[in-house]
Amino acid sequence: MAEISMDPTKTLSDAVEKMPAFPKSVQRVLEISRDLNCKPKDLVQVIEKDPVMTIKLLRILNSAYYSFPNPITSVNQSVVYLGINTVKNMALSFATAGVLPAQNDAGFDMQRYLMHSLTTASLARMLCNQFGNGALDPTDCHLAGLLHDFGKVVFAQFMPAQFKKALALSEEQSLPLHEAERQTIGADHSIVGAMLVEKWQFPKLLSETIRHHHGDPPTANCVQSYLFVADQISKKLSLGNSGNPRVEELPPELAKRLGGDLDAVIEGLGDLAPMVAEAESFCKGGGEGEP
Amino acid sequence: MKITFWGVRGSISSPGPNTVRYGGNTTCIEVRTDDNDLIILDGGTGIFPLSQALLKELPVTANIFNTHSHWDHIQGLPFFVPIFIPGNTIRLYGSFDPVSGAGPERIMQIQMQYSYFPVREVEMKSRIEYLTVMPNEPVQVGSATITPVLLNHPVITLGYRIDSGGKSIFFTGDHEPHSNIYDPGEEGYDEYQSLIEQQYQSIVASISGVDVLIADSAYTRDEYPAKKGWGHGTFDSCIELAQAAGAKLLYCTHHEPTRGDDALEEALAEALARRSGANPEVRLAREGETVDV
Repeated sequence: MAEISMDPTKTLSDAVEKMPAFPKSVQRVLEISRDLNCKPKDLVQVIEKDPVMTIKLLRILNSAYYSFPNPITSVNQSVVYLGINTVKNMALSFATAGVLPAQNDAGFDMQRYLMHSLTTASLARMLCNQFGNGALDPTDCHLAGLLHDFGKVVFAQFMPAQFKKALALSEEQSLPLHEAERQTIGADHSIVGAMLVEKWQFPKLLSETIRHHHGDPPTANCVQSYLFVADQISKKLSLGNSGNPRVEELPPELAKRLGGDLDAVIEGLGDLAPMVAEAESFCKGGGEGEP
Repeated sequence: MKITFWGVRGSISSPGPNTVRYGGNTTCIEVRTDDNDLIILDGGTGIFPLSQALLKELPVTANIFNTHSHWDHIQGLPFFVPIFIPGNTIRLYGSFDPVSGAGPERIMQIQMQYSYFPVREVEMKSRIEYLTVMPNEPVQVGSATITPVLLNHPVITLGYRIDSGGKSIFFTGDHEPHSNIYDPGEEGYDEYQSLIEQQYQSIVASISGVDVLIADSAYTRDEYPAKKGWGHGTFDSCIELAQAAGAKLLYCTHHEPTRGDDALEEALAEALARRSGANPEVRLAREGETVDV
């Protein structure tokens, strides 16, 4: 059994810096940066759909070079602070790192992972808007949804053999993937994801949410509760796949607060088709429709 | 403190009969504290005549604060003669650039490459220090406290507030007021609006109560729509900023290279005619002018 080293975060953090982004965002960033009259919001919408680009951008903003009074959690904030042209050129430099391959040695499907992350992000934001009573920032819910499983990408990219074993073990023994990861890697994706965002000085709220996203879901009005529900909805509706198909039911108190069980919550969200279609079009990969 | 304008032109130097009164050199402002500490804001072409003046008081310690790395703010640096003379100390302060991953040292590295300049970086015989500053983290130069403030331009740009001997100056470098990237009613509009309002208040607080505000007023109100996103303010936006911050005196600078002296005076007069209230006093920055603060 391979053990994760005592201090894996620096190695992994450095590795993520060189990690390519997802095909569609690379393609769109290249298109947008060729167009002098591109709309800033188009660029924002591309970056905030890509976990790799989002991480690379926010880790620089939250670094010691800029001592912002509060952690930066959104692409919009990045544009306000650094200006659209700087963010555009940063995105372009991320794009030049190439494209994440759809397949990897771990056999982990990046396209379906992205679909799961994106829909979880959108659903968490929608839930926050519907039930948050203005007490929470929907942007935090989006970011938590987008990044909650990022540890899996890191495993797939940098520990493919061990992660492949975890995927197989989870499948063979109907074991939750994070438990299989602990056996084959020595740490699960929630711990590694949390350690990385902590190292990059993202807000503590985010690292704690990622760290505990496989723990007992809290019932209170908090980011983690919406991440949990969004995660279950994404899995229940088979919107992508992050390697863990098991759908958990809502604990009774949470169901009571949200006005019903998972089906009732899904019903209450209204028509999800436009959100799903947008996510699908982003996840399909780059190159299509290119002249 | 004492301020001397050595370069007030934006974008590109513009010598000629039409710019004789206000000057054609690009941005460079000398600030002297009461203890004669030397602070230089930007190294546009105006830093060359300043360097000639400094030759009379060698050795010098020059603290150059770079607002951003665009040509009109750095082009004079390789011609800043004291850098070649042993015994002088030059400190170049600037921001970290997230695209290149470098600090102000890159400003000299790039400009003093073989193809672009005959003298190599290693041939600068003064003592040169490069200091990367962070927004809202003050640095001390003698009796002066200099606080960098992140502003809005197509490259990372810092404005600088200088406090010394109970007096204060703020220089914006190049700055365009933030505007919403979403249309009203669109998802994201309200969130973005609240972010830019917070940022505006934070900038106003940084400038609050200064004796002199020196601000980028490249455009007139009518010219602005065609130049939106280019990273510059207008006479009107500078007056508004000065009023919001309670600045006592506003100097408009970064004069458009194609705007002659008469047109410059007319542009300011028009903006003043439509402002509300009589404060603050507003002047056009003029090359060679010295003002006591």
